Amino acid sequence: MTKPDLQVNLGGLWLSTPILAASGPIGNSQQYRERFSTRALGAIIVKGVSLEPWPGNPPPRLAETASGVLNAIGLQNPGLKHFLEQDLPQLTSAGPRIIVNIVGRTVEEYAQVAAGLTGAGGVDGIEINISCPNIKAGGIAFGTDPDQTYQVVKAVRRQTSLPLLVKLSPNVADVTVLAKAAEAAGADALSLINTIAGMLIDIETRRPLLGNTFGGLSGRAILPVALKMVWQTAEAVKIPLLGMGGISSARDALQFIMAGARAVAVGTALFYNHELPDEIYRGLADYMVEHNVAALGDLEGIAHKGDDYYE
Amino acid sequence: MWSLKRSQCRTGRPQGYPVVENRIVAPGFTRLTLLAPAIVQKAVPGQFVMLYPPPNRQQQLPRPLSIFKVDHKRGELTLFFQVRGEGTGIFADAEAGSTIKLLGPLGTGFPALPENSLLVAGGVGIAPLVFLAAAAAKPCSMIYAACTAAQLVCPAADLKISGITVLETTEDGSRGEKGTATNLLSRLLSADADRYGAIFSCGPRPMLKAVANLGRLKGLPTWISLEERMACGIGACLGCAVATREGYRRVCYDGPVFPAEVVIFFD
Ligand SMILES: Cc1cc2nc3c(=O)[nH]c(=O)nc-3n(C[C@H](O)[C@H](O)[C@H](O)COP(=O)(O)OP(=O)(O)OC[C@H]3O[C@@H](n4cnc5c(N)ncnc54)[C@H](O)[C@@H]3O)c2cc1C
Ligand SMILES: Cc1cc2nc3c(=O)[nH]c(=O)nc-3n(C[C@H](O)[C@H](O)[C@H](O)COP(=O)(O)O)c2cc1C
Ligand code: FES
Repeated sequence: MTKPDLQVNLGGLWLSTPILAASGPIGNSQQYRERFSTRALGAIIVKGVSLEPWPGNPPPRLAETASGVLNAIGLQNPGLKHFLEQDLPQLTSAGPRIIVNIVGRTVEEYAQVAAGLTGAGGVDGIEINISCPNIKAGGIAFGTDPDQTYQVVKAVRRQTSLPLLVKLSPNVADVTVLAKAAEAAGADALSLINTIAGMLIDIETRRPLLGNTFGGLSGRAILPVALKMVWQTAEAVKIPLLGMGGISSARDALQFIMAGARAVAVGTALFYNHELPDEIYRGLADYMVEHNVAALGDLEGIAHKGDDYYE
Repeated sequence: MWSLKRSQCRTGRPQGYPVVENRIVAPGFTRLTLLAPAIVQKAVPGQFVMLYPPPNRQQQLPRPLSIFKVDHKRGELTLFFQVRGEGTGIFADAEAGSTIKLLGPLGTGFPALPENSLLVAGGVGIAPLVFLAAAAAKPCSMIYAACTAAQLVCPAADLKISGITVLETTEDGSRGEKGTATNLLSRLLSADADRYGAIFSCGPRPMLKAVANLGRLKGLPTWISLEERMACGIGACLGCAVATREGYRRVCYDGPVFPAEVVIFFD
């Protein structure tokens, strides 16, 4: 059999591999460049960028849990101007595509960041993180309310012709409602899931462990939850999905693809396994050869076969 | 001025290094030596390494440990640590001949040590100060403090460093002088503060706060090594932030060593 074809088209964004670095753990990826091979990555999703600099949350900002990591970084970032002037020029020279995760406190802020990134060369796509609270709507997260999700995606869509991903929060009753709102507003693809809300208490100080009290859980512990949401969302929308949440092996990645993801992203596992993108690449290719699969797309959503809702 | 890069260097990728010796020096305290010439070659006092647990554990994040000793001739790196939880437990159990995956040296270490400096160590906070003292080989005094003698367990052989006078103190008086590190430091400084070049300290946060205050009162340059929970260890994830007068800074990259006057201590 010939070399398996791992290229994918993620909502208009052609990627040489279906493996992405999720937004956050690797920051803007600069620090990781000398430490792992980005060869196997189709794209890097840069950590959330806001219009103005955001200071982030008070420490402690993270803790390890059983097979997981709880974090409350608070989207610390140096802001759009700094990103465009200092970070972006360093990122675009290397191989993987650059997708920028954007955050905001109002619809207008999101739109301005999107406009700024679209004008700059070197950005290949935008991912909207809708897990932020909307300060004009009493602090309700954009991503928990379908109307607000629609508004923010629509406003960003007006500013950009770049491939647009919307990153869904799992902290909702029915993820498919938000998925449909994002699709209707013009999203090209959906990323899911973001971290699951949680907390820890330090029994010595008798206080919440994180400086922010609440944090978001990521890592292997959340895989089944993420997989179910990808499965459900695949049945609810037509646009392609970027699946993530606890992926730490090629087997995990294959499960997401079979649940309906076109591509996968890895976050927390990169903290301890810098070889993971290469391992997933090899694992996917080996699986395809062994099982006579010509293109990865042939596996997309295959686990739904026979399922009435899926075609 | 303080944010000047002092000793960051390129470190490459995590790699497995063989364990040469792993010795329990007292209940709950381990002295671990690895053959890691690539790390030893570049290491500067105050820097640390990340140790990666073996795959498929519930705990997977790498654990930061300060560099305690380096032997350039043999290419050996020694760590000295207290078992706190699962991560340190795994490394305390590592057998000679096995390998541990490490990344390092990481972070920004101590600046050059002037003569007659005061080193103030609280418990296992002694680890980076032993490396600092050994590398400088200048006349200095080191306060080594803990609650009880059971925590004052750094092997005597490791504390035999040319030029260094070790002053032990325990809160319960079970070894050395009775009292805290700060009591002793404050006495030395009030006797003759001008004698001393600078203060270098590592240990629990309340002790560092007191040391920082004393250093400021006496007008002595004071450097402290901080701890924070880490994930990446290389400045990417912003998980190890500490509050400074210039905003949040990363312990793993901008530190772990900071000038005391920029660090904001809460409570
Ligand atoms: C730069 C740096 C250098 C260090 N050098 C040394 C050293 O030379 N010797 C030594 O004994 N320890 C050192 N530590 C502390 C050491 O990293 C922690 O004790 C260790 O990570 C705990 O891991 P664990 O899995 O055993 O415990 P966990 O189960 O993770 O936690 C047990 C306890 O350790 C505390 N802890 C967890 N992670 C950290 C952390 N990153 N920093 C501080 N406390 C933590 C928690 O608050 C908890 O109470 C250093 C820490 C840093 C940041
Ligand atoms: C330290 C850390 C920082 C993160 N920062 C962001 C962020 O800035 N924007 C975002 O959309 N998601 C962020 N995430 C969420 C991840 O991109 C990802 O959705 C989540 O961690 C689940 O994947 P994983 O289990 O592979 O890590 C962050 C996660 C972690 C652990
Ligand atoms: S541990 Fe990731 S930035 Fe310090």
